[in-house]
Amino acid sequence: MNALRRNVLKGAAGAGTVAVAVAAGLLKPTQALAAWNKDAFEAKNVGDAMKGLGVSGPADSKAITIKAPDIAENGAVVPVEVTSGIAGTTGITILAEKNASPLIADFRLSGGTQGFISTRIKMGQTSLVRAVVKAGGKSYTAAKEVKVTIGGCGG
Amino acid sequence: MAEPMRIRATMAGDVADVKVLMNHPMETGLRKDAKTGQLVPAYFIQEVTATINGATVLSADFGSGVSKNPYLGFKVKGPKKGDKVVVNWADNKGDKNSAETLIG
Repeated sequence: MNALRRNVLKGAAGAGTVAVAVAAGLLKPTQALAAWNKDAFEAKNVGDAMKGLGVSGPADSKAITIKAPDIAENGAVVPVEVTSGIAGTTGITILAEKNASPLIADFRLSGGTQGFISTRIKMGQTSLVRAVVKAGGKSYTAAKEVKVTIGGCGG
Repeated sequence: MAEPMRIRATMAGDVADVKVLMNHPMETGLRKDAKTGQLVPAYFIQEVTATINGATVLSADFGSGVSKNPYLGFKVKGPKKGDKVVVNWADNKGDKNSAETLIG
C-alpha cells in the first residue's frame, strides 16, 4: 500500500492535488470493502435489520456490557460504549430499537482490535439500545434501556 | 474537500487507545428545514475504516442514526509507539476524508 501511495504522490503536481492523491491512496481499504448494507440500514424494525445483517436468534450474553446514560436529555447525542468480554469478538453492531431505522452502525474488528466500541448515537424516543456481538461464527446480544426526555426538563 | 478530522492515539500498557472525531452533518433525510418546510436530504457517513501500519483493524458501516460529527473510540492490542494510524470515511454522496496520526 505504501509503494502505491508513493507512486500516486509522485504523479501528482501542486499542493492541492497532493492532498487529493493522499486521500486516494489511503482510501484503498475503503474500496476493498463490501458494499454498504442498504437492506439492513433501511429496515424499519429490529427483526428486519437483523435479517439484513445475517443474524438469527442471537443468544443473550452477560459478557456484553453497554455503557449508556439511564436518562438522555438530548436524544440527538447519546454516548454509547459497548464492551464485549467474549473471546474472539469480530463484530459489534449497535441498534436503537425504536428508531425509524433501528440499525445505527455495524463494526467489524480485525487484527488486535479489542471488543470495545465507543460512539455517540441518535435516539428518537425512549427505547432499548441493543448490541449484537459476533464471535466465532455465533451471535450474542445484550440491551440496555435509555430514557429520552423530550422538552428538556431533565426528567 | 470535507472539513478536517481530529484523531488521537495513545498507548495504555500494550493497548492503543484510538479516538476519532469526524466532521459531518449526518442528516437522516427525515428532518425538515425550518424555513422552507422541505425535507433535508439524507447526507451521512456510510463507511469508516481504520488501519495501523497499513493493516486494517476496524471497518464499519454507519447509518444515519450516528450522531452529528461522529465520535469513534476503539482499542487495539499489539501496536507500538510511533506506529501509524489512518482513519478514512466515505459518505453517501461519495465525499471522502482521512486523517492519520502516530501512536503516542
